[in-house]
Amino acid sequence: MDENDDLASGLSPMDDANPPGHPGSGPRSGAQDMAAVGHAAGAGAISHDEAHALDMTPEEEANLDRSLSDVGPSRSLRSDAWRRFKRNKLALFGLGLVAFLMVVAVFGPLFVQDPLDTGGISKEKPTNQHWFGTDRLGRDVLARIVYGVRLSLFIGMVATAACTILGIVIGSVAGWFRGWVDTILMRFVDIMLGIPYLVLALAFVAALGKGVTAVVVTLAATAWLQTARTVRAGFLQVRELEYVEAAKAIGVPTHRIILRHVLPNVFQPVIVLVAIGIGTAILAEAALSFLGVGVKAPAPSLGLMINESQSIFTSSPHLLFFPAIGIIMTVLGFMLVGDGLRDALDVKDI
Amino acid sequence: MGTFVLRRLFQLVIVLWGGATILFILFYMVGGNPAERMASGGGERNPNPQVVRNLEVRYGLDKPKPQQYVAHMSRIARGDFGESFRTREPVVDIAKRRAPTSFRLAFWAVIIEGTMGIGSGMLSARRRNSLADVVTTIAAVVASAIPVFVLGFMIKQLTGVYAYQNDWPAWARFPTIGLGDNDWIFWVIPTGNTWKYVVQPAFVLAAVSTAILARITRTSMLETMRMDHVRTARAKGLSEKQVTRKHVLRNALIPVVTILGIDFGTMVGAAILTETVFNIQGLGSQIVASAKDLDMPVVIGLTMLVTLVYGTMSLLVDLSYAYLNPRVRLGDD
Amino acid sequence: MARPLLEVSDLNVEFRTDDGPVQAVRGVDFSVDAGQVLAIVGESGSGKSVTAMSILQLLPPSASISGEVMWKGENLLEVKEPRIREVRGGEISMIFQDPLTALNPVYKVGDQIVEMIQAHGRVSRRDARDRAIEMLDLVGIPQPAKRVDQYTHEFSGGMRQRAMIAMALSCDPQLIIADEPTTALDVTVQAQVLELLTDLADRLDTAVVLITHDLGVVAGMADRVTVMYAGRMVEAGSTDDVFDGTGHPYTHGLLMSLPRLDSDVGAPLMPIGGQPPSMLSPPPGCSFHPRCPFAREDLGCMTEVPATLERSPGHVSACHRADELMADGALDHRRLVGAGRQAADTDTVSVTDDGSAPGTGTEGGGLER
Repeated sequence: MDENDDLASGLSPMDDANPPGHPGSGPRSGAQDMAAVGHAAGAGAISHDEAHALDMTPEEEANLDRSLSDVGPSRSLRSDAWRRFKRNKLALFGLGLVAFLMVVAVFGPLFVQDPLDTGGISKEKPTNQHWFGTDRLGRDVLARIVYGVRLSLFIGMVATAACTILGIVIGSVAGWFRGWVDTILMRFVDIMLGIPYLVLALAFVAALGKGVTAVVVTLAATAWLQTARTVRAGFLQVRELEYVEAAKAIGVPTHRIILRHVLPNVFQPVIVLVAIGIGTAILAEAALSFLGVGVKAPAPSLGLMINESQSIFTSSPHLLFFPAIGIIMTVLGFMLVGDGLRDALDVKDI
Repeated sequence: MGTFVLRRLFQLVIVLWGGATILFILFYMVGGNPAERMASGGGERNPNPQVVRNLEVRYGLDKPKPQQYVAHMSRIARGDFGESFRTREPVVDIAKRRAPTSFRLAFWAVIIEGTMGIGSGMLSARRRNSLADVVTTIAAVVASAIPVFVLGFMIKQLTGVYAYQNDWPAWARFPTIGLGDNDWIFWVIPTGNTWKYVVQPAFVLAAVSTAILARITRTSMLETMRMDHVRTARAKGLSEKQVTRKHVLRNALIPVVTILGIDFGTMVGAAILTETVFNIQGLGSQIVASAKDLDMPVVIGLTMLVTLVYGTMSLLVDLSYAYLNPRVRLGDD
Repeated sequence: MARPLLEVSDLNVEFRTDDGPVQAVRGVDFSVDAGQVLAIVGESGSGKSVTAMSILQLLPPSASISGEVMWKGENLLEVKEPRIREVRGGEISMIFQDPLTALNPVYKVGDQIVEMIQAHGRVSRRDARDRAIEMLDLVGIPQPAKRVDQYTHEFSGGMRQRAMIAMALSCDPQLIIADEPTTALDVTVQAQVLELLTDLADRLDTAVVLITHDLGVVAGMADRVTVMYAGRMVEAGSTDDVFDGTGHPYTHGLLMSLPRLDSDVGAPLMPIGGQPPSMLSPPPGCSFHPRCPFAREDLGCMTEVPATLERSPGHVSACHRADELMADGALDHRRLVGAGRQAADTDTVSVTDDGSAPGTGTEGGGLER
């Protein structure tokens, strides 16, 4: 911020080297004002970090790019984030993992056997016929893993999508209307966050009963809290900014202001929360199923498979290893992508 | 500060009441009929309608839901948390029996988390990009992706089953059930061979938090090391050791300490998976078992206890944060 | 003449970065005599702060330093850990730009001064504390006995910097390096703090290296001035020489952009056009040539690094055209007539229009009507 201070002091000769009317100066000062609200702006002529701190609509982005082009090479925010993401080897590995598991989940079922077919020999070690062996009921473990990953991804993504929408809506309502609406909603969030997560999820799922739907509802109903808080914080920050004031002043309808001016500002932390949320949801599903309150047998849940294999681990360790590796790979993938996004988008406090 | 604490305690009461209400709504309005669940032995057989009816009468489950809610809440307000539908044991007795175990486990888990997490985080930060740093970073990421029940089961299998089968030396064999029967000094220090019971579940419970704490310590240290006041400390002529101890660690560990406190609050009640894997009779495993049975008074009572511990810890953490960081003033919420 | 207190010669500092090596300082020489005030002037990124940091080995490990920093007969770049610690704070003190971040927020101000005193001698805590109160009093902090137990966030910006000065002086150093000591302060207290610093240095016979981007503050305080641009020293000499017999177009540009009491009412200030170069790829030849109104291709401005030559005794500058321009009086900022000879022909060019594009032409520098 030293650059800003210098400009502000007005006494320093050299930092005024940019005469008024320089193409870079207009958008730049505005950009820094915005950046200063929530994020630490880097020093120096429009740094890419600084550009990052702003979340802009594509038009604004393009404008900034044009204004930048006479200073340095133009890079869009998105390509800049991608450039930083690419430098992070762990994040790339995570992305590869996620992509691989997606392919397995989508196309895997075309190539494997029926995960519910109990026709095989019980507890067979891996063979040509059954690459990952068979379980206690003679079902093909490879097929169950493929379907298990598919189920994990399905539950993780659906639950996260639901809780993200819920969080955005509730956070927006609280942040836009404030007052008593905000107070009530945020107290409710406090209450929910006051109960340890797994205890809360357990209470939900125990009340709702077993099954995929119950698990999805549980995960969605317990995981929106952080998103709502983040969105609300973003609203409080952006609401008072001049361009939002200006939009209000010229009579832009509320829903348009929210959609076009406010929500893009909270996009970055939310996208990080989504990536990490999917990983967490998958882990939570596995835990609930392991505890016997999640997905119902005989559905191919990885957590359930681990639970069932514990008692026969000594004779058939493969029945625990393969589903365990399945869970670890899936969760690891999303966690790494989430971490990478957090660093690339420079999101703090999550 | 007095008003700050009072206000926070009031908020805690609200959270406790709200939590109990949410659970009440979940179990009584959304969940099944506890009497039916009990009479059916957890859904194993068809319940006898007469038995169900008797149970409903005995526990007041035949009354209208709002009336039940008011009755239960006013009992709680008077300190009566009711008794278990299943065993008829008072909830308070269950809590007294279970809480020390959970408390001890969480205590040792936080000790492990603190020493290993801070230690490896500091090592990582001071030897940035060294092999130790890379290994720690990757280990931290992987550790947070391994489900607790897989990690716990594998460790238990290795030292509790494999070690016995293969005649490992006695020190490498560990008991894997419960926390032992011996006495504890000052509540938390194990006597005799009890430590052997504690070390594995405490390690498993601490694993994920340790990984996260190591990363936070590393980031915090690196950020602090770049700060101007550290350069000033060096410019004053202090030795590297003094700079690290007094100016880097002192500032960098402020967020770390608060996380340790919050983690302790969480671990007391949420060690569900660890307690299940190691058959430890703590609060978490009781909550799971009671939730499965729709044993409402137990779930509500123990969850309130767990929430109370968690809320108290976060209050203590905020107080210590204000103490450690003079810039923070209590009161501006 | 006795040997100078501090003598820096051929100092080079290079940083390894992700985008390649950055030559932050390139062959800088200067010296300070006991009790003297030397000002190092330059824009952000000109390498002046890096120069200051390298004297006490305070740069991060990614910096590689070469050259000589002679302090009382030894090269500070080569001394080992225990000795450099003695020098830091004990013989050479530093004052940093932003006192809010330069002081540790979690310790009391007094304790931070005590820590410094105890690092440089066997002093009891009580005595050190008394000394801290005495120092706070010396720098004009009211109620020092109470202030000594306060934290930095309880001090105002100016008070913080005063506390910083108190700390810097607490071990009777022979030299204080002040790195932009007033940049982070309110305009209203900048002058007070600078005055305090130079006044105390004078009374205690402490030499000062004052690093600043503001040539205006230099005039009244410094004995000697070194002007830096893009990591190189472009001009150095006594304050009078540099102000009145300017030997480099960059210094001239700086002076032209200063508001002056004695200039005509309404005379516009002249900013230097363009921006400082990227240190990743500094321009070839004279680093200043893209912004220099006097740059000429045929004289090697674009290709050859100008030699640093003595223009008068004790006054050096690095410019291919220095002698010629000085003789013409083109670099005299007090002349109300325009600088470049070509300027006479383009008299009508409006002032606000020029200088906007870097290195566009000869009329950029000092136009006045």
